[in-house]
Formats: sequence, structure tokens, C-alpha cells
Amino acid sequence: MSNNSLRAGGLRQSRARLQQDSKANQPILEMVGITKRFPGVLALDSVDFRLMRGEVHAIVGENGAGKSTLIKILAGAHQRDAGTVYLDGRPVSISSPADAARLGISVIYQEFTLVPAMTVAENILLSDLPVRRGGMLDKRAIVSCAKDVLDDLGVDIPVTATVRSLRVAEQQIVEIAKALSRKARIIVMDEPTAALSEMEVARLFSIIHSMVEQGVSIIYISHKLDEVFRIADTITVLRDGRRVSTTPTSLLTLTKERIVHEMVGRDLGNMFPKEEVAPGDVVLEVKNLRLPGGPSPISFSVRAGEIVGVVGLMGAGQIRLARALFGLERIAGGEVKIRGKAADLRSPLSAVHAGIGLVTENRKEEGLVLPLSVARNITLGSLDHVSTLGVVSQRKERAVVDEKVAELGIKTPSIRQLVRNLSGGNQQKVVLAKWLTVDPDVIVLCEPTRGIDVGAKVEIYRLMGLMAWQGKAILLISSEVPEVVAMSDRVLVMHSGSVVCDLPREEVSQESVMQYATGGNALGSHIVS
Amino acid sequence: MGRTSLAEIVKRFGMALMLIAIIAVVSVLNPRFFSVSNFLIIMRQVAINGTLAAGMTMVIISGGIDLSVGGNVAFAGCLAAGALRATSSPVLAILAGLAVGVAVGLVNGLFVAYPKMPPFIVTLATLALCRGLTLVYTGGRPLLVDSRVFDFLGGGFVWGIPFPVLIMVGIYALVYFLTNNTKFGRMVYAIGGNEQACRLSGINVEKFKTAVYTLSGLTAGIAAVILTARLMSAQPTAGAGYELDAIAAVILGGTSLSGGEGGITGTVIGAFIIGVLANGLNLLNVSPFYQEVAKGLVILAAVLMDKLIHTTATQVEGVPLVGERVDAHQKQ
Repeated sequence: MSNNSLRAGGLRQSRARLQQDSKANQPILEMVGITKRFPGVLALDSVDFRLMRGEVHAIVGENGAGKSTLIKILAGAHQRDAGTVYLDGRPVSISSPADAARLGISVIYQEFTLVPAMTVAENILLSDLPVRRGGMLDKRAIVSCAKDVLDDLGVDIPVTATVRSLRVAEQQIVEIAKALSRKARIIVMDEPTAALSEMEVARLFSIIHSMVEQGVSIIYISHKLDEVFRIADTITVLRDGRRVSTTPTSLLTLTKERIVHEMVGRDLGNMFPKEEVAPGDVVLEVKNLRLPGGPSPISFSVRAGEIVGVVGLMGAGQIRLARALFGLERIAGGEVKIRGKAADLRSPLSAVHAGIGLVTENRKEEGLVLPLSVARNITLGSLDHVSTLGVVSQRKERAVVDEKVAELGIKTPSIRQLVRNLSGGNQQKVVLAKWLTVDPDVIVLCEPTRGIDVGAKVEIYRLMGLMAWQGKAILLISSEVPEVVAMSDRVLVMHSGSVVCDLPREEVSQESVMQYATGGNALGSHIVS
Repeated sequence: MGRTSLAEIVKRFGMALMLIAIIAVVSVLNPRFFSVSNFLIIMRQVAINGTLAAGMTMVIISGGIDLSVGGNVAFAGCLAAGALRATSSPVLAILAGLAVGVAVGLVNGLFVAYPKMPPFIVTLATLALCRGLTLVYTGGRPLLVDSRVFDFLGGGFVWGIPFPVLIMVGIYALVYFLTNNTKFGRMVYAIGGNEQACRLSGINVEKFKTAVYTLSGLTAGIAAVILTARLMSAQPTAGAGYELDAIAAVILGGTSLSGGEGGITGTVIGAFIIGVLANGLNLLNVSPFYQEVAKGLVILAAVLMDKLIHTTATQVEGVPLVGERVDAHQKQ
């Protein structure tokens, strides 16, 4: 990992030199005094933002800080109430996404805008497909143009494959190529690494470097500060709709702690409030579990009050393991016992009956019913507890919900508020509240802090401690290695479908975990055969 | 703030205002419209579509659709009439009609829930099946019904209120209770809102979906018996286009076709908008051809209005929460 950042640092310096000799230090984009008011809230309060030519400029801030509003104004999706946008020193009006595209501004959102059934080449050139005389598509030109764009990026993706058949990381590259084919000069990337593995992130970063060398400027939005420090030349921090600071990353005094402090506006204290809970009896016991196509059987156990982390590179099998424990993935063999009883894991329904709960990695798609209220989401899986003969007692339901809202510190104006209107952190707390109400013996957490801001992460860690105190057996699956290292009592490391080691807390460190995860096992003492 | 709450008012009461406006306009144009006897006529006309729309509301909230109800009405009606002629027992005839309705609904539900087939296709197929089976069974000829009980079902009054209207009121009370106060109702909304999240919360989604379509079949069976009683015969082509009127009533009532939102109270208003419109245009001597045109325009206007309101609402999405705006978004 340190290798990586060294290399990135070197590249950054060479890029800085490059900027000096070309049209150096000229802003391509200036946003001055941008103000945006929504009913009841001032989303942006006179924000200034300046993007230099060939710069990677990161914008960080908690949810609701105004990042997405600023970007949407730049993209023409929102109209500013006050302020001016200058492009190449000239004021421009951006009143629709089409205007933004015409001006060379392209936004790559987390949800891609690709047509899954069409080929890579067709997607890249979608807005301006080459035609021959008579209106027929010029298929050869489509293929060769698309190849050129991808070659410039230095990537090798088959241009005749359908986008549907690509992995997420490749789809993202297609999206980038699409922006470049439209002569984008400013590319905005919104949480581009949310679904990427470590290797894919490295590839994305090298693509960003090659774009920058071609003179494209990048606005990079991310919650992952490590990555921001690796890729960005400049970091702008927004908080509550105001710009707090803009600092070059080359400045030695700029640390992650300072950025976090500026984002949150206070010191967070301990980022990882780990509770020391004495583990109880074994609750979850997995013996020789085989997943279809898995290379070797998986065995481990989790005690009451214990948090066991599971780490691996993307695709190492940790998500499949979680889904198998919840009846979402076929099990080819082996045994899972909960409190000594063999568990039937044919479907989520039977997994819940057996005493397992799963917090999925995508709360909006699989965790919450967005058009329903906080209360109804919390009691979604446990209505039987508050109803008699199928009739729900509003009074009992209210009592349960009020208790959970207080216990978990869910910030909502009312329990009847639609869960869709809550912030990401509070939505995640609602998911946790739902499971605490169902009250399973085992809780499997998949990426529990994905896409939520720093302050809310600390809250989620606190709730893990609470669940441990309540005697739950917790399996924590996360791609954020620091949180696994800090929160887990033990860590299972997975590598290409197998559990390669079971590290006790004393031996867990970011380095040891990554070493096993990448297939190196020189440390060797705790290898599980 | 002001704009959002106005949109919220329009969203909540828009269709009621539309109904009142139609009543006002027709009343001015033809004074005979605004009378107790005419309202009783309207209610009797609304009863059948209203009954079907009650079941349809639950189906649509669950994220599905039931195109089979019109065919189901014809099939159940003919078998009820057939049962009456074979056994001379009105009770058995009614039970036969309800049983057929339930059976068709159950078939819909099983196909939609377990092989996870799209409801549009499943119910389109059962619509054709019902229509075909009805013609096979009747040979294309109407079956006459001669029974005092059926006379009462179709034309009787209780406390001066037409009996079919009482049945409809009873059904709405039941569906209101079901959707608002029971686990079943909660699950209908939740499944329509996010089926996968429900499945992953350990909910037996398949069971509830099957039940929703079965209940829609039951309302079709009830509508079939009432229709047969009112016409004093079972027509093999009865119920043509009823599924579309029922869907229109639900959509006019503000229930979203994408599921998870809406409710039975809106459907009452939607059904009455369609009924009042038909009755009013009749009284104004508008040709039935133009009545269809008017119905189409009203539905388009209503859905357009709904769409515009939803667009204003999404503009403020993704913005941090502050008390006022949040309150404006509260419903239920």
C-alpha cells in the first residue's frame, strides 16, 4: 500500500511540473459566490470553487455539506440562486444538462447512464453515432472510434461486448470513455471507487493520471480520505453549505485528521469506540461449508458478544459467504449450527427463523422500503411481536419504535417520517433497528458504513458495541480494512474463495491482514488448512 | 416552503377537488343531476366498478396489476347462473360465483408469486382464459336467472340504500381495515415499496402476493354475482373493459402504479369521478362515443397532474433535513 502512495506522489510531482510549462495555473473553471436555497434550507451559502487546468480537485464533506448540490449546479441539474460560473474566464449559463455537455462538462454519477443491451462501442459514441450517407450506422467507424478512445486511456476492453456483460469497474471506464468522446474538459466523478476492488482502484487512478496528462481537469468526490490523498492535487472541504478550506495536498501540514476535523467541525475523539465484551458461548458454528465452485470448505465459529471481521480483496468470497449464511446463495455442503442446532438456510425466511439477520451492503436496494415511514421500516420484520391475530396494535408498535429510535439515536423529526428523507447514516441506523427488533442470535454486517459520513460511522461503530453487549454474535464484512482491524475481536482473511487465516486480535494489523488477503502467507503461524 | 405545501395539498386533495368541480359543472348545466334519486343511481352504477377497484387497489399497491378481473366477472357470473339453474339454490349459486372468482385469483397469485412471472402477462393470459372458458361453457348464449334472492341482490334496498351499494361500502370498510390495521396490509405496502428488502427481512413475500391476487379474485366474484343479479342474466360478454375502469379508478385515486403508495380512500373518489362523469354526460345528452373520449382525457389529465406534483417533490430530494420541509413530506 505504501508503495502505491509513493508512486502516486511521484506522478503528482511530475504532473505539477507539466502544469508549469503549459498554460500553467490558469483556472479552467471558477464558481464564485454560488448560493442555492431549497425550501427551508440554505444548501449552498456563497461558495467559491476554482478548478485549474489539468488538476485533480477533490471535494470532501459530510452528507448534506453541499457537495452534490454544487455538482448538480455545474451539471445543469439545479439552477443557482446567486453567483457566477466562469469557464476559461468567461461567464457561462448552464441551465440544462445539455448546456453542460456542450461546454465540455461531464458528470459520472454512481448510477451509470449506459444502455446495458448495447455494445461498449455504441455506448461510448451514443450521443453522436457515426452514420454513412443515407442514415445507415457506420459500424466499422463506431468500433474504430471507440477503440481509439479506449486506447488513449490505456485500457483493453472488448468494444463489441455488451455493456451488460462487463463488470462494474469496466462499465465505469466505458462511462469515462463516453465522456471523453464528447470532448469533455471537466469530468466530475461522484464516489467513483465505491464498488471497486483495490486493483481496480489502482487502474482507475492510472486512467485519471492519463486523462490529466491530456489536459482534462477532474473534480473528485469521495468519502474515502485515503484515496483522496493519493489522487488529488487539491482538497476543498465543504461543511453546512459553506466552503471551509481549499488546500493543496502537497502541503505538509495537511493531514487526514485536519480534514476530518474541518468536515465535522469538531474533534471526533476516538474514531473506533471498541467495546471490550467478554465473549460467551459459541453461537454460530460453520463447519466445512462449501460454496458451489469454492476451492475449499470454510470453517469458523463466532461467540456471543464477539465481533469477527471478514476481510478479503473484492471477489475473495466474503460477500458470497454472507449471502450463503442468509440463504441467498446455494450451499453445496457442510453444516451451519446456531446455538448448537443445525440451521436450515434454504431461503432468507428460513435463515431468519434459524436466528440470522443480514445487513446488506446496499441499504436502499435491499435494506429499506424507501416510500414507507421510519416506524414501518423498523417493525418490518417483527410485526408479529406487536400484533394479535394479524391486527397490528399501533400502541405497541409505537412503544417498540420509540424505544429503538432513542436507543440507536436515530435523528428523525417523527417516526412517521418517510425513511427516504433521512440521511444515509440515519437510514443505516433504521436498518440496524429493524434487525435489533427482529432480535436474531447472529447479525451479519456487510459494508455497514458504506456511503455514510464520518460522524455517522462512529455512531454505527458504537452500535456494534451495543449489539455485542446484547450478546449477539457479529460477523463484520467490510472492504474498509481500518474499521475491521479496529472493531474486530478476531479477523478471518479470505483469499480466492477460502479462509486463509483466523487472526486473534493481538496479531491483527492493517499490514498482516493485507498480506494474507493478497495471497502472501509468509507470516504463516495461523493458517487454517 | 409555500410551494411544497401547496403541492402537498393538491396531492392529497386534488382528486376530491376534481370530483367536486365535475359535480358543480354538471349541476349548473342540468339541475336534474343534483338530486337524491340521481345520486342513488350514480352509487348503484359505481358499485360494481367500485368493488373491483377495491381489490385492484391492493394489487397495485403491492406493485402488481390484475388485468383478468373483467373476464373473471363474466366467467364467475355464468357459472353462478349455471349453478342456480342446476340446483335452484341461490346460496349455492352465490358460493359458486365467489368460488370461481377466488380460484381465478388464486391461479393468478400462484403464477405471479412462485415462478415470479410478470403480473401483466399472467393476468392477461387468465383474462383470455376466462373469456374463452365462458364462451365454451355458455355456447355464447346468455343464461337467464330467475330467483327472488338474486332480484334482491341486484335491485333491493335496505334503509333506502341500494343493496349493491351497501355491499360496496362493506367491502371498502373491510379493505380499509385490512390495509391500515393488519400485518397483511403492512406487507402489501412494503412489498410494493421494495420486494427484495421484504424478502431479506424474512418476510414470506410469496404468500402475501398470492393472497393479494386471491382477494382481487374474490372482489371479482362478488362483482360477478351482483352484475348477474342486476341484469337478471349472465352475459358471456359481461365485464368487457371492466379491468381498465377499475385500474383507472385506482390511479385517479392517487395510488402509484409503481407500488408502495396510495390507499383505498383515494380509490373511492376515483371510482366516483368515473361514475359521475358517465352519469353527468348522459344527462347532458352527450353521445356515448364522446363519453369514452371524455374518460380518456380525464385520466390523462389526472396522471399528468400527479406526475407534475411528483416532479416538484423530487427537486428537493437529497437536501439535508430541516423541520419544515420534512413536515410537508409527511403522509400516512
